[in-house]
Amino acid sequence: MKTFEYTITDEVGIHARPAGLLVKECKELASSVTLTSNGKSADAKKLMALLALGVKKGDTVKVEISGTDEEQAAEKIEAFFQNSL
Amino acid sequence: MERQSGKKIFGGIAIGNILFYTKQSNQVVRRKIEDTDAEIKRYEAAKKEAIRQLEELAEMAVKEVGEVNAQIFEVHAMMLEDGDYNESVHNYITSQKVNAEYAVASTGDNFASVFANMEDEYFKARSADMKDISERVIAVLSGRKAESELPDEPVIIAAEDLAPSETVQMDKSRVLAFVTELGSANSHTAILARTMGIPAVTGVKIKESWNGKLAIVDGYQGELIVEPDKAVLEEYQKLQKQDKEQKELLQTLKGKENVTLSGQKIKLYANIGNIADLAAVLQNDAGGIGLFRSEFLYLEKDTFPTEEEQFSVYRQVAETMAGKPVIIRTLDIGADKQADYFHLEPEENPAMGYRAIRICLTRKDIFKTQLRAIYRASSYGSIAVMYPMITSVQEVKEIKEVAEEVKAELDADHIPYKNIEQGIMVETPAAAVLSDLLAEEVDFFSIGTNDLTQYTLAIDRQNTNLDKFYDPHSPAVLRLIELIVKNAHQAGIWVGICGELGADMTLTKQFLQMGVDELSVAAGCILPIRKIIRETK
Repeated sequence: MKTFEYTITDEVGIHARPAGLLVKECKELASSVTLTSNGKSADAKKLMALLALGVKKGDTVKVEISGTDEEQAAEKIEAFFQNSL
Repeated sequence: MERQSGKKIFGGIAIGNILFYTKQSNQVVRRKIEDTDAEIKRYEAAKKEAIRQLEELAEMAVKEVGEVNAQIFEVHAMMLEDGDYNESVHNYITSQKVNAEYAVASTGDNFASVFANMEDEYFKARSADMKDISERVIAVLSGRKAESELPDEPVIIAAEDLAPSETVQMDKSRVLAFVTELGSANSHTAILARTMGIPAVTGVKIKESWNGKLAIVDGYQGELIVEPDKAVLEEYQKLQKQDKEQKELLQTLKGKENVTLSGQKIKLYANIGNIADLAAVLQNDAGGIGLFRSEFLYLEKDTFPTEEEQFSVYRQVAETMAGKPVIIRTLDIGADKQADYFHLEPEENPAMGYRAIRICLTRKDIFKTQLRAIYRASSYGSIAVMYPMITSVQEVKEIKEVAEEVKAELDADHIPYKNIEQGIMVETPAAAVLSDLLAEEVDFFSIGTNDLTQYTLAIDRQNTNLDKFYDPHSPAVLRLIELIVKNAHQAGIWVGICGELGADMTLTKQFLQMGVDELSVAAGCILPIRKIIRETK
């Protein structure tokens, strides 16, 4: 399992557009991706659950990636966070 | 007469009859069903159709409001494919043996209430998305058209709330204005109204009794006036006439080329000083942004804007312009534009003092932060960068070194960027005179006529005592412009004008003759200038 933490800098947090893009990215992966923030967790392949986390600017999210392609997957997703969130 | 104040969403004057708009009631009846498999199939088919509609809407919206704003419909389509949402619908159908309409409505309500109970305003507003997508599926299931028919006579739409899909689907030629009770200035509908250029006011308590009554919407003041007095009406008719003239011009000239009768083409870009100006850029059909004054990022704050803050703004602008050029001018602070935290010492002669690139080349930390943000944003669109207040070739070489350092750092961090065009403002007599040498160093010139005029004529434009000596069309300045254009073309680079003279319509013809490649002007000037270009031989 790979994990990293990221603090959101986007003004409105994990809002609909980037959440949609993140789900798209994650669905292409074999690994499972779980986001945890403010004590709640969500499957990053599920858009509604992800949005319902209500992650705002300044919140820190913990991302856990686990599966056969976790190495590359973790890199890809971390890059996504840095560029889009 | 009844006056109601609300929040202004988009400026403009509309006079017409009110249409009290209510959602077509998708009253859902709960029915028992026997064949749950068939019902699930019915749901899946309706969902497929709803997604198809949303994709069609997204395409329509891209044309009307730009790519970024259109993405909401793609997101809506994705929401309909969400695992939890579908599981819930399936569960209702199989475990309670109910019809698909009821299952979708219940699921939509459940999801909507999850969001409605969240604290953050943004996430609260997503509750409307849940209802919107569910209603679309129900409309398909019940064979109703999701589109709402508007009367032939254009109307002011007054509604408690409008879903983004409703706003986009309405035939805009029949909508004079939007007045809503709910919906924040940041709601999708507000953004759409702004980008479509329809006057809009929100936060007004809507009354059904207004239906069919004459009213005025003043989007500039955020006011709704129902059954106006004769005097008020006449005053607004006058105001509206001015507005209309601009819009008519827009109708005929939008989408047309900036080409003279003899076939010479020129680019018309817009100047912006803030993200809020973007709507006007799109409405006025600018070919790109020729001057993005980045100062506002610094002037609005009490401390230096971070790389992230700048990056997100540049990216937003690049994405909204969807591939059209965006030329960002680096920090031009000093002289009349001051920010306390820069701690600039008072100067005897600030116009000729420590400002713009001079600050950037002495405080490279500030400069590098900005360049890094610009380069990072470059992967999201078609960005170029230009540097203000250049007076020597040496400065340009030094700037390019800094840019190379920034790129090397990005490489080391594995952050993608594009090798964007780098240009300079030609706004000092020194740069004009050296323009042959400077042209060898950069990808383009943009002539800043305000400073070029002030420095060439040695006239302070703020000093009204000098008015009789001030000739805005001074041959001295025009000769310099001609020289700059000639030198640029000799070196094979393009040249634009982004100062006030660029928007001076008495000079447009002359600039065409000189062979200027681009004019960057206030968004409102683009269509009037396009008109002149198209009438020039």
